[in-house]
Amino acid sequence: MTLDEIAQKLSLVNRTSIGIQGREVTGGYTGDLLSCVMAGAQENSIWITIQAHPNIVAVASLLGLSGVVVAEGIDIPQETIAKAEEHSVPLLSAQETSFTVSGRLFQMGVSGTGRTNQ
Amino acid sequence: MPETTIVQRLVYEIRVAEVMTRKLISVTPDTRMAELGQILQENRISGTPVVDDGHLVGIISVENLIKSLAAGEMDAPVRDRMTRSPVALRPDQPIVQAFNYFDQYRYGRFPVLDEQDNLVGIITRTDIIQGLLKKLESEYHEEELRHYRASHVFEDIVSDRTSINLRYDVKPLDFTEAGEASSNLKLVLNRLGVAPPIARRAAIAAYEAEMNIIIHSSEGGEIIAEILPRELIIRAVDSGPGIPDVEKAMTQGYSTAPEWIRELGFGAGMGLANIRRCADDMQLESSPRLGTNLSVRISLDRKERQ
Repeated sequence: MTLDEIAQKLSLVNRTSIGIQGREVTGGYTGDLLSCVMAGAQENSIWITIQAHPNIVAVASLLGLSGVVVAEGIDIPQETIAKAEEHSVPLLSAQETSFTVSGRLFQMGVSGTGRTNQ
Repeated sequence: MPETTIVQRLVYEIRVAEVMTRKLISVTPDTRMAELGQILQENRISGTPVVDDGHLVGIISVENLIKSLAAGEMDAPVRDRMTRSPVALRPDQPIVQAFNYFDQYRYGRFPVLDEQDNLVGIITRTDIIQGLLKKLESEYHEEELRHYRASHVFEDIVSDRTSINLRYDVKPLDFTEAGEASSNLKLVLNRLGVAPPIARRAAIAAYEAEMNIIIHSSEGGEIIAEILPRELIIRAVDSGPGIPDVEKAMTQGYSTAPEWIRELGFGAGMGLANIRRCADDMQLESSPRLGTNLSVRISLDRKERQ
């Protein structure tokens, strides 16, 4: 599954100018506690969160995530977008809740690849 | 970095002047279509600008030629068949503009005019693609070369014990720059040829250590990475206030971060647990007087753990 397919099916809006076409998504992780994301999200995963401050970009970039979905239509500050451009991390906006976005992704066949801690 | 984004960056960086064809073959409005056919064939091109007295007056292509041939009008002058007042590009425009023009106007080529409207070149999709490929190749070589040089550091530098020390300053409560130290460390490790899963563990440990300094230290601190041929030592050092109960701090879910920081998603009480999970060895010393000193060892030997 690729990020542009997901964006199209879930009506996600790419808030960056980073190309999402053909960007492979092999799993997903949902959560707002950054350390949990650090521990659980796998490379090339899509991350669904309601955090929108610049540090989500650092987390996504360090983990090599394919993109971040900011749910519930939460406003993404300009400095977060600027950082995302710099680190080539696509940020996508969803109107629905994290739960709904995750559920729909799961139905599409994107599985949760997050490990549980310990 | 995925390929799509590199291309995306390059289309904004590369200028029309860098990829356009400068060796210009042109015809005049009086050139006959039959003659044009020969010129196109001889030069293996599919179209050419029409220039009158040094000024661009039109563009004529193989499509125009085919139509003339079908109508049996090969004696007609180019002026009757050409596309008049063609859309032109400027040499300093980024090639993304050219891409947009190709999509918008559906022409096979665009003339390039300088500030004084002199014809200086012509650009086709092939020119752009070749230019992009060339640039991609040279960027790839540069990164390869950096990678090669870096990965041989330990062989090239002869000493009894060689190590590379990287020091990153971390400021307190600076959530905007947060993650920079760990991002830069990860980049260095990749260049040194460290196996990606190991570089990833190092980056996660460094990130959590960096965040701890940002959230908890009063004056900031330092992330110091010592890279040895077979192992990596990451130290996070600050000057206080120190951890009152180290054992408790190691407990998963325990955090002393204030509420506003937790709302940002930090301070989940997972940081030290994450570091321990990523490290092959971890030591944490802290006292209110001397501050906190965290030391993490990660083996770079692929066989040891993965």
